[in-house]
Amino acid sequence: MLDRIVKAQRTIDDACKKLGRQVTIMEICGTHTVSIFRNGIRSILPDGLKLLSGPGCPVCVTDQGYIDVVMQLADRSDCLIATYGDMIRVPGSNGSLETRASKGNVKIVLSSEDALQLARANPDRIVVFIAVGFETTAPASAVVVKEAASEGVENFCILSGHKLVLPAMRALLGGMNDRVDAFLCPGHVSVIIGSGAFAEIVDDFHRPCVVAGFEPVQIVEALAEICRQLSAGTAEVKSVYGAVVTEKGNAAARKIIAECFETVDGYWRGLGKIGKSTLALREEYSQFDAFRRFGVKDEPGKDLSGCRCGEVLCGLIEPMECPLFGNRCTPRKPVGPCMVSSEGTCAAWFKYGRRT
Amino acid sequence: MASDPERILLAHGGGGRLSSQLISERILPKFRNDVLSELGDSARLMLQSGAICFTTDSYVVKPLFFKGGDIGKLAVCGTVNDLAVAGSKPIALSLALIIEEGFEMELLERILQSISETAQRNAVSIVTGDTKTVERGSADGIFINTAGIGVRLPNVELGTGKIEVGDKILINGTMGDHGMAILSQREGMSFESPLESDCAGLAELTCALLENVPGIRFLRDPTRGGLAATLNEIVEGCGLSAEIAEREIPVKPAVQAAADMLGFDVLNTANEGKFVAVVSSDAARECLEICRDHPLGRDAKAIGEIVETRDVPLVELTTRIGGRRVVQMPYGRELPRIC
Repeated sequence: MLDRIVKAQRTIDDACKKLGRQVTIMEICGTHTVSIFRNGIRSILPDGLKLLSGPGCPVCVTDQGYIDVVMQLADRSDCLIATYGDMIRVPGSNGSLETRASKGNVKIVLSSEDALQLARANPDRIVVFIAVGFETTAPASAVVVKEAASEGVENFCILSGHKLVLPAMRALLGGMNDRVDAFLCPGHVSVIIGSGAFAEIVDDFHRPCVVAGFEPVQIVEALAEICRQLSAGTAEVKSVYGAVVTEKGNAAARKIIAECFETVDGYWRGLGKIGKSTLALREEYSQFDAFRRFGVKDEPGKDLSGCRCGEVLCGLIEPMECPLFGNRCTPRKPVGPCMVSSEGTCAAWFKYGRRT
Repeated sequence: MASDPERILLAHGGGGRLSSQLISERILPKFRNDVLSELGDSARLMLQSGAICFTTDSYVVKPLFFKGGDIGKLAVCGTVNDLAVAGSKPIALSLALIIEEGFEMELLERILQSISETAQRNAVSIVTGDTKTVERGSADGIFINTAGIGVRLPNVELGTGKIEVGDKILINGTMGDHGMAILSQREGMSFESPLESDCAGLAELTCALLENVPGIRFLRDPTRGGLAATLNEIVEGCGLSAEIAEREIPVKPAVQAAADMLGFDVLNTANEGKFVAVVSSDAARECLEICRDHPLGRDAKAIGEIVETRDVPLVELTTRIGGRRVVQMPYGRELPRIC
């Protein structure tokens, strides 16, 4: 393994020397962010190579408006909120789900199936599944909506905040942060959408897109492939995730997403409104749509005072540049979502990156 | 026809006939010893030395039974280990049970049996105890408190103040076993898991080390917060820094896989049968040999050393790929990740 690392390091060093300028590569997957920190990958890269964390953590990209709708539903006595663990501590304008959990209105689940099971076991409550995440978790939400529909589980619905990766990449390059030279593309998402999906970024913006898994050696090799392309002045889609990611991805998973959801304009933390970037349940599943069922709307929220998570998510600043980082905002008492989620950029910096 | 299982009633803790029946029929027979048999208001002990260690801990683990142990075994081992790493030989424990009304008698019997066997294996006596019952809903099955007394080993002085630059950091085996075993067996985790807690009493091994090797500076059991928390406590205590190598830290593949899947860091994950030892560099080899001759130290490793501090005391890790990162003090409960 070390031979491969050394070889990749050499490619990176040569390319950076040849380019003679700062090279900026953005990863857009929280699991990559954590792996980069946990394995100390930054420390083996040359100074001229900068790694930025982009909008890849599902909890972090979720807009404050959506969070506030979640809190509103959690305050209803007829609702039982089923959520992935990462969401529970995200602060809303008025407390977090954790503060509501003591009333018994919130349950942590590990899968969408667990949420549906919760609905079957609690027929007197409406179970609202907080469906967040990218193309990776959307199929699992679609499956339970179909299951609930065919079984007639009437007390189940989802609050879909599912997001798509490509529109966010386009929004970044289209003006938010065009300093990004290339993308380290997410492994899990690519399993679903296929590496070929990134061709539009390569074609329209001429940026290398390389898909990697989460082993450190894969990440370093992907960075080497990116550097090789940059120094050669080319931009291509490549995958170093072996057999796991195919060019076409998982057609069955995309089919079930398309059957249940339509793409609509949606709000992202930091990135604002992005056209056709969010998944909303189709009309025929409206009874399982918490937005429609409770008459609540996904509207842009107001970011919490002083919090610069939005800029962190766009790679415009590093966590240390936020005045709240490490003093008012820590994993114990997070202000913004990037400090809450275990895959959030600020949490990763706090856990692995700080020297003092 | 299967009859309803026998259960704990509030009256079992009421001090009356049911209480004394519970104690004399279910509890005492498991822990027979001369001190306990006196049934006095306090246990009267004769110790070989006036220099003692005294500790207490409460156990509220969920689930009560897990692969590799149960709340009873944990309640004995945890307190034994606190005495062991303080440089003493554990002698006697107290045992206090807080039981929820309706708790199955058969489960209580299993827990008591486990306490008895674990105490015997660790050569400690249960010399005094207490049983309380609380209304249904006021506790989660059973809570246990144990306190323990150990006699300090002669000529043993442990403390972070003794630690010097160049000292080696040793562990007696794989990291993260207990924490990942418990997590993977929590209600709602719907995957089959081969993970087993490392729950074990360490006193025999620590006494063997302390009695045979001079140059042991400090011992601690990396329980909650795992290796990361213990090493951070060490560097904060001594003002020096620590450098450890990921390559040297033994982790079972199944533990690593579960931690990766759930988004946990093995270094932050609890252990219940492990110690971290800081020893002088001449003592390291002998310590490792003694460990490897003991069933609880087969996988013992030197994982790093104590170094000068550059700015603030830090724990730094060299990763498998040769990168470096800081190992922070963990921040409370970690949450499972969502994708």
